[in-house]
Amino acid sequence: MNRFALPLAFFVLLVVVLAISIRHSPDKGTIVSPLVGRAAPGFSLPSLTDAQHVVSSKDLKGRWYLLNVWGTWCVECRAEHAMLVEVGHSGAVPIIGLDWKDEDDHALEWLAQLGNPYQAIAVDHDGRTAIDWGVYGAPETFLVNPRGIVVYKLVGPLTHESWTQEFLPRLAQRASAGL
Amino acid sequence: MKCRAWLALAFVIALGSARMVYGIDATSIDDPVLEARYLSLTHELRCMQCQNESIADSPVGLASDLRREVRSMLLAGKSDEEVRNYMVSRYGELILFRPRFSVRNAWLWCAPPLFLLIGLGVAVRVVRQRAALVATDPDIPDDDGRG
Amino acid sequence: MLPELGHFALILALLLAALQAFFGIAGAHLRRDRWLAAVAPAVAGQFVMVATAIACLVTAFVSHDFSVRYVAENSNSALPLFYRVTALWGAHEGSLLLWIFLLASWTLAVAVGAARLPPRFGGRVLGVLGVVSFGFLLFTLATSNPFSRLIPAAPDGRDLNPILQDPALAIHPPILYTGYVGFAVAFAFACAAMLEGRLDQAWARWTRPWTTSAWAFLTVGIALGSWWAYYELGWGGFWFWDPVENASFMPWLVGTALVHSLAVTDKRGLFKSWTLLLAILAFSLSLLGTFLVRSGVLVSVHSFAADPTRGIFILVFLIIMIGGSLTLYAWRAPLLRSSAGFELSARESFLLFNNILLVIAAAIVFGGTMAPLIADALGLPTLSVGLPYFNPTFLLPILPLLALLPVGLHANWKKGRLEQKQRGILVTLAVALVLALAVAFGIFARGAILTLVGLTLGPWIILSSLLDPIDRWRRKLSVSRAVLGMTIAHIGIGLFVIGITVVQSFTQEHDVALGRGDTANVGGYEFRFEGVSGMEGPNYDGVRGSVVVTRHAAPVATLYPEKRRYWVQGTVTTEAAIKMNRGTNVLIALGDDLGAGRWSVRIQVRPLISLVWLAALIMAIGGAAAVSDRRYQPATRSATEAVPAGAAAKEGAG
Repeated sequence: MNRFALPLAFFVLLVVVLAISIRHSPDKGTIVSPLVGRAAPGFSLPSLTDAQHVVSSKDLKGRWYLLNVWGTWCVECRAEHAMLVEVGHSGAVPIIGLDWKDEDDHALEWLAQLGNPYQAIAVDHDGRTAIDWGVYGAPETFLVNPRGIVVYKLVGPLTHESWTQEFLPRLAQRASAGL
Repeated sequence: MKCRAWLALAFVIALGSARMVYGIDATSIDDPVLEARYLSLTHELRCMQCQNESIADSPVGLASDLRREVRSMLLAGKSDEEVRNYMVSRYGELILFRPRFSVRNAWLWCAPPLFLLIGLGVAVRVVRQRAALVATDPDIPDDDGRG
Repeated sequence: MLPELGHFALILALLLAALQAFFGIAGAHLRRDRWLAAVAPAVAGQFVMVATAIACLVTAFVSHDFSVRYVAENSNSALPLFYRVTALWGAHEGSLLLWIFLLASWTLAVAVGAARLPPRFGGRVLGVLGVVSFGFLLFTLATSNPFSRLIPAAPDGRDLNPILQDPALAIHPPILYTGYVGFAVAFAFACAAMLEGRLDQAWARWTRPWTTSAWAFLTVGIALGSWWAYYELGWGGFWFWDPVENASFMPWLVGTALVHSLAVTDKRGLFKSWTLLLAILAFSLSLLGTFLVRSGVLVSVHSFAADPTRGIFILVFLIIMIGGSLTLYAWRAPLLRSSAGFELSARESFLLFNNILLVIAAAIVFGGTMAPLIADALGLPTLSVGLPYFNPTFLLPILPLLALLPVGLHANWKKGRLEQKQRGILVTLAVALVLALAVAFGIFARGAILTLVGLTLGPWIILSSLLDPIDRWRRKLSVSRAVLGMTIAHIGIGLFVIGITVVQSFTQEHDVALGRGDTANVGGYEFRFEGVSGMEGPNYDGVRGSVVVTRHAAPVATLYPEKRRYWVQGTVTTEAAIKMNRGTNVLIALGDDLGAGRWSVRIQVRPLISLVWLAALIMAIGGAAAVSDRRYQPATRSATEAVPAGAAAKEGAG
């Protein structure tokens, strides 16, 4: 091959890479979590609603559940809250809230105002549990199966689209898997 | 970098705690060796929210939490590699600014020496070619009065 | 009304660019004199139209016209006048308009200079520039119209991003873009040569001043960005290997290689295909940079809002421009043969190594920047690289380059005859080494290997650069501007190496908690914290800290770091306070309010950091000096032009 055609050949390869990137670019900023497919990190945190009670991952073994990471300081959490309430009412799967780096009284007020979709709310003041779950920006929602494996992670607010396209199909698998 | 405004545009992820606006912690580690390791590690770990900043420089709450974790791990006697593993197992390889050498990113680390080798090859070839032409080349170039 | 006028002006500019491209390229190919004569007016017309568009947009900003979407997104009624004007290039659409305006300006300058070029060749050059203009104008009008209206008009604007409300913003993008865009000229010259099927030493001589000028602007533009990052973003970083920084650095590296390769082609008619390829590459990297920043494929603090549609458009444009020119290259380059020879120790050899090493450096930066995209395309898990990768790998080609520089300066063309210069080279090396040891161990009492290497290379380059001019001066010979420019630029490099080495090796940084009256000791300076007070600015409020800086108890300065909250966007920025004291920069930034009057404060003492930017400025001055050399002026060219012009006239008339 004419060695002067090498730059052109290289450029063609580059174009292919760039074209693929553009196609993928709506997903940019979303990092694939290393937790997906692995055991959900254990946690044991005080409950928001009842100071004596402890919300622990041990109690959640054997069931599907959603872990929703949120905070009253988080604008997008407010945006997704209505959707969460809807999911909570539907009873499809219990939602455990992880109140991240927040003030307890603000959180209680917010829930009183906007509704409480959570079966239980764990309070993470120092953020260590959030770090264990690889949380980097609220809101984030994890779907955990009865064996305690993280099946899916959504970064960003829960929308009707992501609920029907990502969460429901995975939940439906439990029926066929007999879980 | 103040990526806050850009994040609002580009991501749908809300910001961390609004109190810390700088990557400056008041606590310091007394042991200078540990402090040096702390500084080096925190500069090596990416802030996952402001992804072009290290946790040493990022002002967001997540960075401050991660710095705290690094500090407590170092004080507990963990090695640098253990700290890195801790972070990677939670956030993926992306949290490391300097990707660890593995089969997957071997190309990234091997490329520079490879380029140098190729460059060397090209240089050798061209110089040999041209040196052979010196005898037959009638041109007497002007050296601009260089002595 | 005015925004519509601006919009209309852009449409006209688009048409004129199309005419410019068509008449220039087809007119040259078909030898139509009248078509070629229409090119210059088209260029002038396009310039006027684009200038009109800019004027309309500036007026919209200054007069608070929030019915224009771009103004509403980037301005505010409380925004000071100065920033209302510079907000023009604060976001995607406006910066694109700036790009187009600068391209039109360069094209106009080339059109004026083209009077001295053979008409068909000049037509081709302007024609290619017309194609580039057309592409950008089409992109702007189709996807990024700065004049689109907001109906109903916004009651007030969203304000310019506070980080951009800074004097340096006024000059960094325009100067940077001037350089970036300026490589289009070299690109056009290269395409014209390929279209013509001919590339000779005269071509190199025509191309050199344009290329060196663009290079000088780019050098200053990059340095300004770095300087701005340092004092605006405030924690002492001045280069982050951020994808957009890299996007401007890659053309610079290739541009530097191009400047040197042109010298060889000019002097000896060698490296023709190298020079062509470098000219194509430099501008291609500029275009690629534009793509990376605006298409959303890369996450960067610099990147404009992500938009895949724009990405696709630019990609198509890239395919046409770069793919087209590389195809031309594959077709024409094999014809460019030379039978010139040179020895291993000859100047050409060193410039060959220079080319290769700079291209390798650019390739490394390219690979690292594109790594996330490549990993993504190959289906590998996301990968991203930063400073810890680039710093060591970049040095791999650059250290040998810096070591070859002081030697290569003394090589003669064709037959190096370095033996005659051996003494000078070795003596300067010895002096530099002694200096390095003295500085490292004498002043700073420590030094890593890399520190010594850097501290030796820097002075060695400077001393070696001075040998030749001093020798000429002693022999009562004149030093041409070209040689003077080269010397200054190389001294700039040497200073740069010294600056970077010292900053990287000897910076001291500490974060401390200080209460009122507390003192911290960092890097030989004492810092007494005097507390904070509230303050207010035109469109922000915040706190201002007061720190008294002394050195060995002698007062140095009182510094006022600030934390500002901008009202409209609610953004909080940190304004570090910086003081230069005998070449060392002291930087103080406020961190957090720890309560009870205590604050966390970052203190940095960075010796010689200002030298880094000063050195870049000196490099650019060297470039400017070289460009002003007499050999590029009209008087010396008319002799060579008379014959081709006459021949072209004969051909055209036929």
